[in-house]
Formats: sequence, structure tokens, C-alpha cells
Amino acid sequence: MKKSESGDMNSKALIQHDHNFDGVDRRGFLRCMAWAGTGALCLVQGGVLKSYALGSHDHSKKLDGVGELSFAQISDSHMGFNKAANPDVVATLKAAVDKINALPTPPEFILHTGDVSHLSKPEEFDTVQQMLKSLNREVFFVPGEHDVLNDEGAGFRERFGRNPQGQIWYSFDQKGIHFIGLVNVMNLKAGGLGALGPEQLEWLEKDVKHLKHSTPIVVFAHIPLWSVYPQWGWGTDDSAQALSYLKKFGSVTVLNGHIHQTMQKVEGNVTFHTAFSTAFPQPAPGKAEGPGPMKVPAEQLRSVLGITDVNYVQGQHALAVVDSTLV
Amino acid sequence: MNKRFTTSFLAILSIIAAVAPATAADAASNPQTSKSIEVKVDNFTFAPETITVPANATVTWLNRDDVPHVIASTDGLFRSKALDTDDKYAFTFTKPGTYSYFCAVHPKMIGKIVVR
Repeated sequence: MKKSESGDMNSKALIQHDHNFDGVDRRGFLRCMAWAGTGALCLVQGGVLKSYALGSHDHSKKLDGVGELSFAQISDSHMGFNKAANPDVVATLKAAVDKINALPTPPEFILHTGDVSHLSKPEEFDTVQQMLKSLNREVFFVPGEHDVLNDEGAGFRERFGRNPQGQIWYSFDQKGIHFIGLVNVMNLKAGGLGALGPEQLEWLEKDVKHLKHSTPIVVFAHIPLWSVYPQWGWGTDDSAQALSYLKKFGSVTVLNGHIHQTMQKVEGNVTFHTAFSTAFPQPAPGKAEGPGPMKVPAEQLRSVLGITDVNYVQGQHALAVVDSTLV
Repeated sequence: MNKRFTTSFLAILSIIAAVAPATAADAASNPQTSKSIEVKVDNFTFAPETITVPANATVTWLNRDDVPHVIASTDGLFRSKALDTDDKYAFTFTKPGTYSYFCAVHPKMIGKIVVR
């Protein structure tokens, strides 16, 4: 891997976006993005955008306040993977767990955005489940394609299913935020991308119908719900329809995994974000012949793996998304 | 190549060397004489992507990737279990026709078996 790429992936970034547009105009956002690459923190408070060099400012304390919600995202633990790109995925998942446990603001719960296992094997699911117990937090899962290789995802459903109606997708509420776990890795069509399918779309439409427009929405799913790089299957065929049901909301945050690298995009009221893997990196879009596991020198591995920490400040309609590597 | 070699032994070797790559290159268009044909799954592609085989030929897929793949025919005729690295899956095509298939895990990966 080239040094410049690893430099980008090394960076820690926090972007706090406020969908009421009180301060984050396009210029402000671009400034944030520019800063992000060199490790900076952007906060919007009282309509004023401020940026800080990471490390010089304890952002977690800054966000303290009534009604704050903090949660963490981990993704793509690929338990069972043992190839050159990372012969010890247990050790790196352990490092991710330690990192979360060391966060200055303890997250109230964890989202796992899929590819828990590498081969959908019961022992792989069991290992992750066991390891995440030391977080002492509830963990909400959605499956990746590696979790539903056999028996229509029966092994995953048994352990991590939350929908009493038996579907894999579900939603829940925490401190006024509506969380929606979507599944876009099943019943895929030849030549296509990720897919939600008509049944899930119908459910989603009903699920959000009764919500107030001011309700902050967090959607989490494995494959990106935006078109990252369709040539490698990094997108979801029917995501536009899903997002159309979320248009009425002031603040929508979409958290994905699958591509084993961090990316952000803002489109209207929706902020998209992809997380690091805890197992192995994948190449930047189009930078390799294919999207397979990327081998980096052993001493660099933990700089391209990581976790995501998300903070919400009630009343500001703002979610602050912080990626940090395992180093 | 090998024009300067005069012994019959070396001449035979050179013929083998010249013919072998041509056979591989034509695999996509010419019916195979052998009844066992291999499709390699490498770097998220099927190679060859389209292959023509005689009836009753057995096609074997070999996964050379570090990630699992599932070989699935588009019309549901066949579907492998998840193939880990170096796992194989074989299917015998008895009737002539065109069989489209894809990877059920990475559906951008598509291929075709033409049975003559």
C-alpha cells in the first residue's frame, strides 16, 4: 500500500453536522473535510463552526450535556479469516473492544454493521459474541453477506435477530433517536448490487410513517446505501427508494460497513458514513484489480483498522461521527 | 521459435509448447474435448467468463480468492455451498443450452456455460 493512502486512512476525523444549517454552510463543511484529513475536530455550537487539532482538545467533554447520547460502531470483524491480510482477527477485534472500553465518554450501546463472521460458522459467531461481552453493553447487529452464506442466514438470525415478526431488519428508539437496522445482503440478483427488496421497503415506509419530522434518524446497514463504487458492488440497487421515505426528516445519518475504509458524503438532509473494519483493509475504489483483502506491512495493520464513535447532542439535531484507528 | 533445433525430440517438445497456450486461449469459444473443465474464481471474476463445453461435461469451479464465493445459476438449477479459499464445486451439464450463473455473495460476478 502506498504511503499517501495509509496517511489518509490513519487520520482521525470528526465532523459534526447540523441539519438545521445553523453554521455549516458548504464552505464550512469543506473546511471541515480539509481539516479532517490532517486530524482535526469540527464542532458546531450555537451556530458557530469551530475546529480544533485532534489531541489538543477533549471533544468528549465538550459534548457533555443533558440528553446526550453516545454510541459506538464496529464493523467487519470477519471472525474466521486467517489469510495474509490479517492472520489474527481475534487480536484486532480485542484491540477494538479495548479501544471502546477506553473511550472517555462510554457509549451506551454498540452497533455492529455486519460481516461478524467470515464464513457464517456457528463458532465464528460464538467467538465474537463472547468477545463483545466484555463491553458490558447491548450490541445491535445487522448481517453482512458473510453472515448469511448458508440456510438463508438462520445461524445469524438465531443469535442476533431482534424482530419478533421473524424478519432480520428492525428498528428501535433511544433518547428520541429512531434507529433502523436494514439488511441489504440477501436475495441478491445476478449482475446487481446490494438489495433491500420490496418487503423490507414496505416495512420501512410503515416504520417511519408515524414519526415526527424532527425525529433524528440513524440507519445502519452493511453495504453502503449510496453509490460508492458500483463496479465493485459497493452500493445498493434500491437504496434511493428507501431514502425517499426519509426525505421528510431533518436529520438522517446512514452508517455502513462493507468497504473496510472510512468515507463520508453529505446529500441534502442525509449524511452517509462508512466505518473501518476490525479485521483487514480493502483498497480504495478502483485502486486495485479487485476489492479483495489488502495486505499491508504488519506494523501498519492497526493504522488501517478501527472503530467509530458517534455522539448526539439533543436539541441540536447533530450527530458527531469520530473514526479512530486501533493504533 | 525453436527453428534452430533439429532433433526430432526437441521438435516434438516445441510443438507441445506452441499448442498448449493456444488450447487455453480458445477455451472460451471452442467446445472442450476433455469432459472435465475448470473455471477459476480469482480476484472477483470467473475465468473464463464464458466457456463452451460438450453435453455431459463436468465444470469445476475453484475459488482462488481470500474471500468465500457461492456459485449459483441464475434460474436456480444449481447452487454451491459457500466456497472458502481453494474449495471446489462441480456440476455436470447434461443438456445443451446456455446457463448463466453468478456469485450469490458478490452478484456483480457473472459467468456463462454454453453446452453444445
